[in-house]
Amino acid sequence: MTAVTHEAGAPFGAAPPGAGGEAIVTRGLTKRFRGGQVAVDALDLAVPRGSVFGFLGPNGSGKTTTIRMLLGLVAPTAGEFSVLGTRPAEALPRVGALVEGPAFYPYLSGEANLRRFDAADPTASRGTAARRIAEALERVGLTAAAGKRYRNYSLGMRQRLAIAAALLGPRELLILDEPTNGLDPQGTREVRTLVKEIASDGTTVFVSSHLLAEVEQMCTHAAIMRAGRLVAHGTIASLNAGTAARVRVETPDAPGAAQVLRGLGLADVRVEEIDGADARARLVSAELGGHAPERLNAALVEQGVAVRGLAVARPSLEDVFVRLTGEGFDVDG
Amino acid sequence: MSTAEDTPPTGTATATAQTTPETTAPETTAPETTAPETTAPETTKPGMTASRGGGTAPGGGATVVAAGPRRAPGLVSVAETRSTAERRPVEPAPAAGRPPAAPQRRAGAFWRLLGSELALTFRRPRNLLMLAVLAVVPVVVGIGLRLVGAPDDDLSGMIAAVAGNSLMLTFAAFSFLVLLLMPVTVSVVAGDALAGEAGGGTLRYLLAAPAGRTRLLAVKYLNAAVYAYAATAVVALSALVTGLVLFPAGPVTLLSGTTITMAEGLLRIALAVGYVGAAMSALAAVALAMSAFTEVSIGAIAATVVLVVLCQVLRAVPALDAVAPYLLPTWFMKFDAVLRSPVDWAALGEGLRAFGAYVVLFGSIAWARFSGKDITS
Ligand SMILES: Nc1ncnc2c1ncn2[C@@H]1O[C@H](COP(=O)(O)OP(=O)(O)OP(=O)(O)O)[C@@H](O)[C@H]1O
Ligand SMILES: [Mg+2]
Repeated sequence: MTAVTHEAGAPFGAAPPGAGGEAIVTRGLTKRFRGGQVAVDALDLAVPRGSVFGFLGPNGSGKTTTIRMLLGLVAPTAGEFSVLGTRPAEALPRVGALVEGPAFYPYLSGEANLRRFDAADPTASRGTAARRIAEALERVGLTAAAGKRYRNYSLGMRQRLAIAAALLGPRELLILDEPTNGLDPQGTREVRTLVKEIASDGTTVFVSSHLLAEVEQMCTHAAIMRAGRLVAHGTIASLNAGTAARVRVETPDAPGAAQVLRGLGLADVRVEEIDGADARARLVSAELGGHAPERLNAALVEQGVAVRGLAVARPSLEDVFVRLTGEGFDVDG
Repeated sequence: MSTAEDTPPTGTATATAQTTPETTAPETTAPETTAPETTAPETTKPGMTASRGGGTAPGGGATVVAAGPRRAPGLVSVAETRSTAERRPVEPAPAAGRPPAAPQRRAGAFWRLLGSELALTFRRPRNLLMLAVLAVVPVVVGIGLRLVGAPDDDLSGMIAAVAGNSLMLTFAAFSFLVLLLMPVTVSVVAGDALAGEAGGGTLRYLLAAPAGRTRLLAVKYLNAAVYAYAATAVVALSALVTGLVLFPAGPVTLLSGTTITMAEGLLRIALAVGYVGAAMSALAAVALAMSAFTEVSIGAIAATVVLVVLCQVLRAVPALDAVAPYLLPTWFMKFDAVLRSPVDWAALGEGLRAFGAYVVLFGSIAWARFSGKDITS
């Protein structure tokens, strides 16, 4: 696929699409590495401004490669994209990025490292650097370790420093590649809170992850990659809508319960064993459909079926993810 | 800020159907367009806006994407990112309808980055250690010569000259060190410049900052050149001080037998420093080019040093005299033109032209490689 921008003699970057609505747009974005590996295959992505966008996919599905292309680190083989309505070189001062883990100068302190990366940004002011660096360190809870050499940082501290580096200036877009990698549970929660906080200021956050629960909690939108291809793309709600909520009934009288549920018109009624539980107790599950769970309970009891427990399992992104990317553990390609 | 409901994602199927850029271009000029040139990028909007409106049905499922070839004018094309993003400085875009103005480049930003680079180089223990080694060599050579003998012994050439005058040690130190030790020192710094950052992963963050590839390359080269001059100056200073302590001061007798004042002798040392510094800066360009090709700094450093040694060997083969003028190390030793009477400006000029040619050639190679390279480290 080739460019068409030259045909009308248009200077590049003059109000391209996405200038108002989308923080990131890609069209047929493709990366074939030397050696023939197609890491990203005709990717069409639209990341609305102000969204928290989860970018999901199993290992090796092309998330990092996509992010590298968006940051201008890797040149696409084909396709087009825009970041903040323009090309990376112009957009990057307004973009904070974390790509494939932290990378800093081991012999410098955390603070000196941030000063170094701030100096690399031609739009950053030297005068405000000290204040911005202190704020960024404060935000990720590293103030106490600011003067410590990076070499002596723990994995979580390194990850935090990388997030601090992404927050050095006023950002319109944050691109975070697996930001909670290596963080302790508190750190993970803090990052989640931080992302929500940043998003509430109107900053778009594009976050890659394979922690589905995390994405479900933080994100408004998500896209799922598999082997370089986009397999799903939408709001979290619309993604989950593909998988129905299920009611799960724990009962010693599984056939009876199943019969009642079928009688009420519930679809996909299944009887499952419960691991390690009382041998006589079984789990009967069915698609909830439009039924009210309390009515189901009443109906079961009315029919003389003993109910030990009743729960509604909302579909999780994990179900969607596994459905779209397969159960297999091995990486593709 | 958009919520999940009011901004469903682009329905790709719709976009495919509606994006016919060439034909829709003239009719769909958006009203907010300020210049005629901006019409082309605007033409994507219909397709995208339409699909935004109808892409996801209410309550409908997520967009499951079917890929297909389509063109969207206005997006960053491969050709643009590959050839223009870095290679052509961009005229500021007429930010039509983009609410927050793009932050402006700051005056002095280049010097700030260079300052950061210099601070990094001159605070790094390894680099300081190499300078210290360079400083020690003239001291050792001076003490050695002092122990070997007094001026009236029948020593010949350079050794006699050094023993006879305090300033001559500087030239002796140069003629010894430019063969290998100074080239190695400069190669370590310049060869590590890009490869070290790539290997450590810091390169991707520098470029995402965004440092700019051409700008970063320029900074890296200037930094290596400053280090090359620093190394040269360290050798000269150490040799000068050692010479003044160990050997008699006074008018300098040149190799040709002419005698010049001590002040003029110092001037000629300054001239030699300028020339040798330029020689080492030319070598830095070679090492930097090597550095652009690898993520392993030791590889770039070793390649440069091997090249230097190979050239010294080739230079020593009489049958290959014809190629000698094209080899960089051939010109390293020509600083002795400052010891002629009068100074052999022609030889110095010739050497400087060779250095310039090497800087241009290897600078271009480094730039060609680095500006289009995929940063996958
Ligand atoms: N420099 C490279 N050369 C060749 N192939 C590469 C290169 N970098 C990545 N790949 C391949 O591209 C594919 C996508 O890799 P990428 O790093 O984008 O995956 P990812 O989705 O980020 O995975 P993870 O979740 O493990 O981080 C993989 O198959 C990988 O082997
Ligand atoms: Mg990755």
